[in-house]
Amino acid sequence: MSVTPFLVLSALLFSIGAIGVLVRRNAIVVFMCVELMLNASNLAFVAFARQHGNLDGQIAAFFVMVVAAAEVVVGLAIIMTIFRTRRSASVDDASLLKY
Amino acid sequence: MNTLAEATFDSPEIAYGRLYPLLIIFGVAIVGVLVEAFLPRRQRYTAQLVLSLGGLVASLVGVVLVARDLPSHNDGASLGSIEAMGAIAVDGPSLFIWGALLVLSFISVLLFAERQLEGGVTAFAGQAAALPGTEAERQASSQGVEHTEVFPLMMFAIGGMMLFPASNDLLTMFVALEVLSLPLYLLCGLARRRRLISQEAALKYFLLGAFSSAFFLYGTALIYGFAGSVQLADISAAVSARVGSSTLLLTGMGLLAVGLLFKVGAAPFHAWTPDVYQGAPTAVTAFMSACTKIAAFGALLRVFYVGLGSARWDWQPMMWAIAGLTMAIGSVIAITQTDIKRMLAYSSIAHAGFIITGLVGVQQGVNAAEAEITSLQSILFYLVAYGFASIGAFAVVTLVRDAGGETTHLSRWAGLGREAPIVAGVFAFFLLAFAGIPLTSGFTGKWAVFTSAWSGGAWPLVLLAVLMSVVAAFFYVRVIVIMFFSDPVGDGPTVAVPSILTTVTITVGATMTLVLGVMPQPVLDLARQAGEFIR
Repeated sequence: MSVTPFLVLSALLFSIGAIGVLVRRNAIVVFMCVELMLNASNLAFVAFARQHGNLDGQIAAFFVMVVAAAEVVVGLAIIMTIFRTRRSASVDDASLLKY
Repeated sequence: MNTLAEATFDSPEIAYGRLYPLLIIFGVAIVGVLVEAFLPRRQRYTAQLVLSLGGLVASLVGVVLVARDLPSHNDGASLGSIEAMGAIAVDGPSLFIWGALLVLSFISVLLFAERQLEGGVTAFAGQAAALPGTEAERQASSQGVEHTEVFPLMMFAIGGMMLFPASNDLLTMFVALEVLSLPLYLLCGLARRRRLISQEAALKYFLLGAFSSAFFLYGTALIYGFAGSVQLADISAAVSARVGSSTLLLTGMGLLAVGLLFKVGAAPFHAWTPDVYQGAPTAVTAFMSACTKIAAFGALLRVFYVGLGSARWDWQPMMWAIAGLTMAIGSVIAITQTDIKRMLAYSSIAHAGFIITGLVGVQQGVNAAEAEITSLQSILFYLVAYGFASIGAFAVVTLVRDAGGETTHLSRWAGLGREAPIVAGVFAFFLLAFAGIPLTSGFTGKWAVFTSAWSGGAWPLVLLAVLMSVVAAFFYVRVIVIMFFSDPVGDGPTVAVPSILTTVTITVGATMTLVLGVMPQPVLDLARQAGEFIR
């Protein structure tokens, strides 16, 4: 079975995530789009692992999951703090620092 | 499917004898977390400070001991060994970077621990969970509560920074990237004063940092698809043999570069730098500006020299463009800045551009004459020189204060030379070092990087770099003029008297900047002994 469909799907997911980060306004949604990009990488890793017939890619996917979980902890903490201070999770409102 | 079933797991062999400097730092970080859990609040500050400084010194001693006893690799061609099942390369450049990181972290810890400037508490939020301007925050600050968690967070970041340039495969590098970044995101949001902009800096740094590490990861996945392995040596072999699809290689290389160039703060991925440098607590900015830069450049060099060295003709044009763009943007936009921390941030972007100039002119050990140093070694020297000056400069920024805490607007710095000639003089010295005036470390560093880039054939870029250094010198000198030759506005700034901790940091920064400018030979020799990356 060819792995190409999986790679195409993974590229699509990655692009949707990247575009989402750039166009969405809510910090939580932006962050979800980053997670989508990480999961797209996981899919690519696993598909390539099958193509090459070795386990490196599958192990990489596990590492990425753990790292993504750690990132969620830190990210949600930061977004929560800023939401409680400003009553808004919009990335447009956080604009004290410019030029 | 059959090939997958036959694969077996080997239990890893860890060479503790060579990796213990790294393990000491991670161990200290974990013990620091336990200290937070089990010691009474009053004893934590002292315990954390002693633990962190002790760990850094122990690790530095370890680095020296490991460096004295490096085995030869590849029939004596270079020194070093690849440990932990191919995950970590302990070689000359790794050890040089470890040593530099540990020394710079040591003086940064002293800045973190400074308590006299805020009247008995550190510059970090008393209670990060309390909302700004609420009763809970006032209560926390009147009780003198402080977050000593910053020390273990910093140690985790240092551990990640040490692992990042020493990683010998892209997966380890990704994990190290996150280990160094996640604590830094948190540290950025923990300022005691001006908490809104500090939290905003943390949010921006986090979202952009996570975005860029996703690019790094997808690049890793594509390179894995190309080479069938994440090990740098295997990638290098696959690149030489040109076995896989070159589309995968080129796309993967570009995405990897995005992740790494974001961390070094190179244009067009520099947008986070000014915001984060301005919003973060100044001690954290000092630490980040020196140590993150060293770690990220170490990793960038290792990926592009070791893993993708054979594809040099593919990435060199990209790096040419990025080097030129980075130093132009950094130098030109810095001219219009009115905030001192923001200006130093743009200056750090410009310096990243100068360093990438050195990376472009690939001057390998085999082509270099006896007395010449390679581009890798010149970049290592530049990073150390820049690190000391940068930490010193940000340490001076913590001293200039008014009623609302640090005052970073440039207009408030007018007349500082009359108020406090020594502090203003030291700051002027750091600025001259950034500008690359002779007898400072900046001059030696630029000289080393530009000569190696020139002999590597990147002379148009070197000409541009010299031009941009002149532009950059303009805004450094402008600050000096403001400090010494203009009248203070209103009451003028006050210069707080720091405790011994910040004094030591500034003194070490200034001394090293002078020493590396006047007698750079010992450190240059050390960089030369570091040799080249092992494969």
